[in-house]
Amino acid sequence: MIGIAAPLGYAAYLSFFQDRMIGGNVFVGFDNYRRALGDELFRAGLWRVLLFLLVQVPVMLGLALVAALAVDSGRLRKPGLFRIGIFVPYAVPAVVASLMWGYLYGDRFGLVGQIGDLLHVDMPDFLGSSWMLASIGNVVTWEYVGYNMLILYAALRTVPHELYEAAEMDGAGEFRKAWSIKLPAVRSALVLATVFSIIGTFQLFNEPNVMQSLAPGVISTSYTPNMYAYNLAFNGQQFNYSAAVAVVLGGVTAIVAYAVQIRSMRKEQGK
Amino acid sequence: MSVNTPARRRPRRASNALTIAMGLMLLYALLPLIWLFMSSTKDSASLTSGFGLWFGHGFHLFDNIGDVLSYDDGIYLRWFGNTLLYAVVGAGGAAFLSTAAGYGLAKYRFRGRTALSAVVLGAIAIPGTALAVPTYLLFSKVGIVDTPWAVLLPSLVSPFGVYLMRVYAAEAVPDSMLEAARIDGSGEVRTFFTISLRLLAPGFVTVLLFALVATWNNYFLPLIVLSNPKWFPLTVGLNQWNSLATGAAGSGATTTNFYPLVITGSLLAIVPLVVAFLFLQRFWQSGLAAGSVKE
Repeated sequence: MIGIAAPLGYAAYLSFFQDRMIGGNVFVGFDNYRRALGDELFRAGLWRVLLFLLVQVPVMLGLALVAALAVDSGRLRKPGLFRIGIFVPYAVPAVVASLMWGYLYGDRFGLVGQIGDLLHVDMPDFLGSSWMLASIGNVVTWEYVGYNMLILYAALRTVPHELYEAAEMDGAGEFRKAWSIKLPAVRSALVLATVFSIIGTFQLFNEPNVMQSLAPGVISTSYTPNMYAYNLAFNGQQFNYSAAVAVVLGGVTAIVAYAVQIRSMRKEQGK
Repeated sequence: MSVNTPARRRPRRASNALTIAMGLMLLYALLPLIWLFMSSTKDSASLTSGFGLWFGHGFHLFDNIGDVLSYDDGIYLRWFGNTLLYAVVGAGGAAFLSTAAGYGLAKYRFRGRTALSAVVLGAIAIPGTALAVPTYLLFSKVGIVDTPWAVLLPSLVSPFGVYLMRVYAAEAVPDSMLEAARIDGSGEVRTFFTISLRLLAPGFVTVLLFALVATWNNYFLPLIVLSNPKWFPLTVGLNQWNSLATGAAGSGATTTNFYPLVITGSLLAIVPLVVAFLFLQRFWQSGLAAGSVKE
């Protein structure tokens, strides 16, 4: 546990200092934090991942839930094939996934463009500024939908079968069963998956960082807060300010993640 | 739905609509991988001209693999070896430490146990980002930046692994059995290695596999702490090749010839993990079930 506590404490410590031309490394109190909160670039990145969070996470978890219900329903031919096939992208490194999709989007190899030609549709420029966030969202969805499907599927498997039979005796149809038995059964797993997705989204780095070389004009060095912190530290040598940005980002993440967790727990008790 | 069905899971009528809908999703999952495979069989001329999802002129997969392995005195093999080292030592160590810690938290009463469990849960929520810069600075003070240690040490810590193993150990190892072992005079360490570890095996394999993915796919940490290409893992190395291919590295000269290297290199990089997941399915699916459901 020291492994986590030590860097965290050091981050907090660093964030209170500043390298000055005159006087060297001095204690500046909350100056770095004040600067971070007023920093337009940081705020723009934060809004960007928030937008991403509000769209990508529900889409991904919705797809994962539908897939899990379908695989569990017993009405699918070869469910094992779907289970493992949809999961496979999880084993692909984010770097490789981003490179692949980046090439597919782009005009050099442009599978997307080729499919557009086949269908006689003009495909939008997925690496352009208006589509970039959606394109990254697609890469992340592709990587994790199968993983989340498996978590939800594992939860569905714990439902005792007598429950379904009892429900059928009472005349419940498929949708009624899904709504009244299956959804409550996956609740806690769904909350867990949501919290992990929120944490992952705030940390968004690999995909935009890799795709930056494919669309350098679109993805700036402060595209996501994490990229901003990275570039501040390793391209700008502003270690102290970068630490403050990272601590603020960590704080926001923890608050949002806990809020979701507590809200869902209250709902459960309120029933 | 028929009401008078026998108990137990009976075979049900397969739904075509559902199968087709899920088939689309499967296609979505596999299409980029098919493209990757097709592309790595092409030379650079047909890479940019032909249709992405079919073979080009001639079958160049083995030529491409040869190019990947021989470029820059076989630096790719070096990266592959590094990744293997980081993944095997890092994930193996993480799985072992998580198992020991999770077992300790689940089976022993000691002061601060509740607090420690809370710390583990909290640690899962801490974004790795907040730790990246200070980790780098700490490592540079100790003088292990740009060495394999800088990648290995952080990979050993896995809060999620500890959490998963705590849940798993609480169920899998009965207290009465530990009591019996104690009465028979077995020391705690010996009990752990000879009896408990065996019962914890499915959970161990699950944590191992997920730690394996995490370290194999790790990009952010090595990017920060390594600068010598000699120690790069595949992820960082491949992205460097990509920068060369797109000309973003600053040389200005865009070289199309790098693309077959990046594409074939990517294909080779994902094969080991995909194979591992396919063959160890039975283990990780049962372990996942135990961890994700119970709170």
